[in-house]
Amino acid sequence: MFDLRELRRARSVAEAVQLLADHPEARLIAGGTDVLVKLRHFDGQFRHLVDIHNLPEIKFARLEGDRLMVGAGLTFAETIDSPLVKEYIPVLGEACATVAGPQIRNMGTVGGNIANGAVSADTAAPMLVLEPELLVSGPEGRRHLSIHGFHTGPGQVALKRGEVLFGFSFDLKKLAGLGACYYKYAMRSAMDIATIGCAAGVKMEGGVIKEARLALTVAAPTPIRCPGAEAAALGRPLNDETMKNILAALEGDIKPRTSWRATREFRVRIIKALAERMMRAAAERAAGRVQP
Amino acid sequence: MTMVDLKLHVNGKDVETAADPRESLLEVLRGRLGLMGVKEGCGVGECGACNVLVDGLPVDSCLTLAVWADGKCVRTIEGEARPGGELSPTQRAYVEAGAVQCGFCTPGLVMTTSAFLERNQHRLNEITREEIKRAHAGHLCRCTGYEMIVEAVEQALGREVKGAGECRPAPSLAEKHLTNERR
Repeated sequence: MFDLRELRRARSVAEAVQLLADHPEARLIAGGTDVLVKLRHFDGQFRHLVDIHNLPEIKFARLEGDRLMVGAGLTFAETIDSPLVKEYIPVLGEACATVAGPQIRNMGTVGGNIANGAVSADTAAPMLVLEPELLVSGPEGRRHLSIHGFHTGPGQVALKRGEVLFGFSFDLKKLAGLGACYYKYAMRSAMDIATIGCAAGVKMEGGVIKEARLALTVAAPTPIRCPGAEAAALGRPLNDETMKNILAALEGDIKPRTSWRATREFRVRIIKALAERMMRAAAERAAGRVQP
Repeated sequence: MTMVDLKLHVNGKDVETAADPRESLLEVLRGRLGLMGVKEGCGVGECGACNVLVDGLPVDSCLTLAVWADGKCVRTIEGEARPGGELSPTQRAYVEAGAVQCGFCTPGLVMTTSAFLERNQHRLNEITREEIKRAHAGHLCRCTGYEMIVEAVEQALGREVKGAGECRPAPSLAEKHLTNERR
């Protein structure tokens, strides 16, 4: 039996916000694959829960004009299977496919993966590349947050107490022509946490890089974008010399640490290897994409 | 915590039971419904021993609150054999491939295999070894070294695959109870 004191079911996002306001000690539970593990280990912070598991209101993927809206309640498996995700933001589905194993992917949610602030979250790097607006509902109404700066520290995010992350809004106009990919480096090919995760997004024009987005997980205290490396790529052809400059600049973007999973030095090597591979793979994908 | 009534559709039968909202689906299946084929291994979603199918999808029942299964169709190893005791194609394949040693991981694995075969029924000829491994990656087996398990799945691919029992939702009761609970 889990060490729970209260479990309050919310039948809508509005009710979840209300329940969180009425019970400030309560936290959200969605897929449960993180929260229930914490409860199993008697983590006292999660004894009071507001339950949004399988809430239909936040299980959506739909087009609204030039935007693709993705519900925070979609499981990893549902995200992988979503035709709209496959068509417009395939990198997100590819990243979801690297999470844990099948059973966890049938329960854990994309929203939870971002909202729990994990430094190793597999969807964090592609999200940083795809730059969705985060749809948040709270006691003062709804607001949109940028994915940039959303992760504020290990396990920390910019959500205020009582706020619910209920979805992501992707600007498809800005994503047109962007080739993107993700690679998770871990000790095992399943049921493991990333030693380093790397996503890249590239737009090419006339043989040069028109836009570069490079994101990493476990390379700093939060998932990060790499502005130095991106600047070194801009306006250049993607050749060996440019790559050398990108990787040199990348050193200034990252702050990996030594943990039992890997040493700092090892992480730096993996980061550089992945950054190069992902930039090249993203550029290839961009070349294969038809400009609208 | 106040008990809640659950209506489940377990292995083809409607089942009503009272449960504590703090209980996992694993605890309700074993402790209240007596389905001892569901095993508890790690208790934190790493080993897959507790895997059951909820509305056809493999989930770790140790990381599923029992109330979440209210109104759902749950399949465990007990529902795998056909009425009369005839083994399912998956079970036969596991036996014939020698994919069982101590057997603790087997119920969870068999359920994953059955779900995998049902989901891919339209393309059984295209399934690769790599796909089989990926689909079963959420299970630990400390005896077999996995080779015989993959072989069992390959053997089962050659057989007709059918879901055990009909799956239909049961009306939900717990929803109401949980929402009204204010203590």
